[in-house]
Amino acid sequence: MHLILFIIFAALCLTGAVNLLFQKQPINSALSLIVVMTSLAVLYLLLGAEFLAAAQVIVYAGAIMVLFTFVVMLLNAGREERTLGSRAARTVGFPAVVAILAVVATAFLKLQGLGTATIEDHITSTADLSTVLFTKLLLPFEVTSVLILVAILGSVALARKGDGEGTK
Amino acid sequence: MNSLHMVSHEVPLAWYLLLSAVLFCLGVVGFLIKRNLITVFMSIELMLNAVNLSFVTFAHQWHQVKGQIFVFFVMMVAAAEAAVGLAIIIAVFRARATLAVDRIDLMKL
Amino acid sequence: MLYLPLIPLAPFVGFLLNGSFGRRLPKAVVSGIALVAPLISFVIVLHAALLVWSSSLTLPVIEQNAPSWISVGALHVDFGSVLDQLSLVMLLVVTGVGFIIHIYSVGYMHEDQGYWRYFAYLNLFLFFMTVLVQAGNALMMFVGWEGVGLASYLLIGFWFQKDSAANAGKKAFIVNRIGDFGFLIGLFLLLANFGTLTFTEIAARLEANPAMTGGILTAIALCLFVGATGKSAQLPLYVWLPDAMEGPTPVSALIHAATMVTAGVYMVARTHFIFDRSPLALSVVAIVGAATALFAATIGLVQTDIKRVLAYSTVSQLGYMFLGCGVAAYSAAIFHLMTHAFFKALLFLAAGSVIHAVGGEQDMRRMGGLRTKIPVTFWTMTMAVLAISGFPFMSAFFSKDAILAAAFASGSLGKVLWFVGLVTAALTAFYMFRLWYLTFFGETRNHDVHPHESPWSMLGPLVILALLSVGGGWIGAGRFGAFLSPSLGVRTEEAAGSSEYLLMVLAVAAGALGWYIAHRMYNRPSTADGLAATTPAGYDLLANKYYVDEIYGSAIVKPLLAFSKYFLEWIVDVAILGGLAWLLAGIASLGGAILQRWQSGNLRSYAAWLALGAAILLVFVLAPYVFGASGIGLNLTGH
Repeated sequence: MHLILFIIFAALCLTGAVNLLFQKQPINSALSLIVVMTSLAVLYLLLGAEFLAAAQVIVYAGAIMVLFTFVVMLLNAGREERTLGSRAARTVGFPAVVAILAVVATAFLKLQGLGTATIEDHITSTADLSTVLFTKLLLPFEVTSVLILVAILGSVALARKGDGEGTK
Repeated sequence: MNSLHMVSHEVPLAWYLLLSAVLFCLGVVGFLIKRNLITVFMSIELMLNAVNLSFVTFAHQWHQVKGQIFVFFVMMVAAAEAAVGLAIIIAVFRARATLAVDRIDLMKL
Repeated sequence: MLYLPLIPLAPFVGFLLNGSFGRRLPKAVVSGIALVAPLISFVIVLHAALLVWSSSLTLPVIEQNAPSWISVGALHVDFGSVLDQLSLVMLLVVTGVGFIIHIYSVGYMHEDQGYWRYFAYLNLFLFFMTVLVQAGNALMMFVGWEGVGLASYLLIGFWFQKDSAANAGKKAFIVNRIGDFGFLIGLFLLLANFGTLTFTEIAARLEANPAMTGGILTAIALCLFVGATGKSAQLPLYVWLPDAMEGPTPVSALIHAATMVTAGVYMVARTHFIFDRSPLALSVVAIVGAATALFAATIGLVQTDIKRVLAYSTVSQLGYMFLGCGVAAYSAAIFHLMTHAFFKALLFLAAGSVIHAVGGEQDMRRMGGLRTKIPVTFWTMTMAVLAISGFPFMSAFFSKDAILAAAFASGSLGKVLWFVGLVTAALTAFYMFRLWYLTFFGETRNHDVHPHESPWSMLGPLVILALLSVGGGWIGAGRFGAFLSPSLGVRTEEAAGSSEYLLMVLAVAAGALGWYIAHRMYNRPSTADGLAATTPAGYDLLANKYYVDEIYGSAIVKPLLAFSKYFLEWIVDVAILGGLAWLLAGIASLGGAILQRWQSGNLRSYAAWLALGAAILLVFVLAPYVFGASGIGLNLTGH
C-alpha cells in the first residue's frame, strides 16, 4: 500500500518537475510546481509528518505559489524569448550537475542502516512538534517572526511604485 | 498475497533520498537553462523542497522531531525569501522592462 | 708614557673640529687647531725617538691587549700599533715634515675661501698616514692606505670648481683603486695561507719554515707590489701623479712627494720577509723601479710647468726607492725615502713660493731672472737642486749612492739596473738644473708681475728643510742600515770597498755631466729652442708624455665606456630589467583582463559557476565515503 502510494506520488513529483523545465510559458511552469508541492505534501504524510504536510499545502502551494502566479500575471510574463545562451552554463554547469547527482546518489545508496517507511509507522503529532518548538527552539521561532516582518517591509519597499522607481 | 502485501508495505528510505537528490538536480538544471527570471526563481523553490524531503526522511529515520522543525523553519524562510525575491523581480521589471535573464546584465565589469 | 695612540688621534680630533666648526671659526683659531694637532704628534714621536737614542726604550714596542676589531673564526684583527725602528723613522718623517708643511700652508693658503676645509683635510690625511705607519697588521695598514687615498682625492680636487682639478682627483682615486685591488688580493692570499694578518706572526711563521720560497709567496708579493705601484706611482699606474699637481702646492709637497706616495715603499719594507723569499718578485720590483725612474726622467726633460717637472721627478725618485727594495737593500730605500722627503718637499714648497711670487704663473718659459728678486727662495731651492743631483755630501748623495752600490752588487741584472740608475742620475741633474736656470737666471721673460718674497710663515719651513736636505744624510747609510736592521733584516752582502768608491765617483760624475749640459743649454736661453728644433719628433713624444694617457684612454677607458653604454645600459638596464618590469606589469594586466571577462553580468554563467563550486565541494566532502570500500555508517550523536 505504502509502496504504491509512494510510486504514484513520486512519479507525479518527477513529472511536475520535468514539466517545469520543458514549459515555455511561466504560468504553466508555476502550475507544474504546484503539482510538485502537493505531491511532496503527500510524501511527507507517508513519512509521518502530518503537520508538515499541512503546512506544505497551506504555505507553499497555497501562499507562495499563489504569489508566484500573481506576479506572473502582474508582469504579464509571456512566452520565453529566445535569447543568447550562456556558453558557460552549458559547458560548466551541466557536468557540475551530473557530478552532484552522481556523488550524492552514491552517498545515499551507500548509507548503511537506513530503515524503511511503513504506513504503521509512528506519526509525529503536532503536539510533539510544538512541544519542542516552543520550549527548546523558542528563540529561533521568535527570530523567524522578526525575519518575516523584515521580509514584509522589504518587499513592500521594493515593489512599491515610488519616486524614481519608474522606467529608465 | 502475503508477500505482495509484505512487499507493498514498506518503502526503503533510500528511495526517498534518491527522489530528493533527483529533484534537487532537476532544480539546478532548471536554474541553468530557463530564460525567464520568474521561472528561474521557481527552480530555486524546487531545490528547497527537495532538501526538505530529505530532512523529513532523516527525521523519520531517527525519530527526531528536530528534523521536521528544521523543515518548518525552511518553509518560513522560503516564504520570506519568495516575497522579497518577487518584489525585486518586480522592481527589475519596472527598471528594465524585460524578464529575460540574459538581458539583465548591468552588473558586468 | 709613550702616548702612542695620540699620534693618530690628535690629527683626527683636529679634523673633526675644523671639519665641523671650521667654517664659522676665525682663521686664527682654525690655524691654531690645525697646527697644534700635528705638533702634538710630532712631539710624541720625537720624545719616543729621544728615549730610543738614550737607550731608555727598547724597540719594538708592541701594543698588548689592543682592542679587538674583527674576531671571526680563525681571523683576529685588532687595533694594535707597532713601534719599531722602521715605523719610528717613518713617523719622524711623516709628522716632522707634515708639521713643517702645515706651517707653510698657513701662509700659502691665507687668501683662500676654503681655508678651514683645507686644514681639516690635511689633518685627516695625517691621521690616516700615521694609522698606516703604525699598523701592526695588514688590514689596519689597508685602512690607512685607503684613507690616504681618500684624503689625496679630497685635496687634489680641493678647488673643485675647476674641472681639471675635479677630474684629476677622480683620476687619482680610480687609478689608486686599481692598485688597491692588487693589495686586496694579496691580503686574501695572506689570510688564506697564513691564517693571520699580523706582521709579526707572519714573519714568525716564515722563520719557522725556512724551506718556503717562491710559489704562493711570489704571488702574494706581486699582488702587494701592484698595490704599491698604484699608490707610489710606478709603471703602469703612475698616470695620476702628474695630474695631481692640480692641487695646492703644499699638498703636492706633503702628499705627493714626501709621505703618501712613499707608502708603497714603506709597505714593501714592512713586508720584506715575504719579498725576501721570492727572488722573482724582487727582480720584478727592481726592474719596474729602474724602468720607471728612467721613463719618468725622460718625460721630465721637456716639461714646461714647474710643478710637472717636480712631479715626474718624484715618480723617478720613487723608482729609485723601489730599485733599492728590489735588490733587498731595504734600509737604503728607506734612507732615500727620508732624504727625498726633505729635498722634494723643499723643492715643492720653494716652487710654491716662486709661483706665489710671480702671481700664480707656473710656466717656466715665462719666468726668469728671479734670482735677485726672491733670494731666500732662490738659495733654499738651490740647496734642494744640488741635493737631488747627488752633489757630494748632501743628503741624497749618501742615499742614492747606497742604492746604486747595492744594485751593482746584485748580480748581472743588478749591474744593468745600476747603469740605468746612473743614466737616470744624469738626466735628473739635467732637468733639475734646467728648471733652476729657467726659473732664476737669464732675463726676466715676464714683465707684468713684480715678484716679491713670500712671508716668513712660508720661508721659515724652506730654511728648515734646506738644512735637512744638506745635513740629513750625514748619519751615513751604514749606520742608518745598522739602526734599521732589527726590523728590516741585514743585507747579506756589501760591495767591496774600492769598487764602492769608484761607483761613488761615477755617480757624482753623472750628476756633474747633467749640470754641465744644462748649463750650456739654458744659461743662454737661445740654445734651448735649438734642442726642440733638432729632434721635433722626439721632443713631441716626450712633451706628450709618450702619449700614455691617450693610450690608456683608448685602450681601457673607451672600451669600458662602450661596454657600459651598449651592454650595461642597453642590454642589462633597458632590455633585461626594463623588460622584466614590463613583463610583470603585462602579466598583471593580462590576468586582470582575463578575469574581467568572467564578470559578465550574465546570471546564467554565474549560476553555472555556482553549481560547479557546489559540485566540487560536495565531491571533496563525500569522496572518502563514496570511494571508500565500506558503506557509510549512520550514527547520530547528540540530539
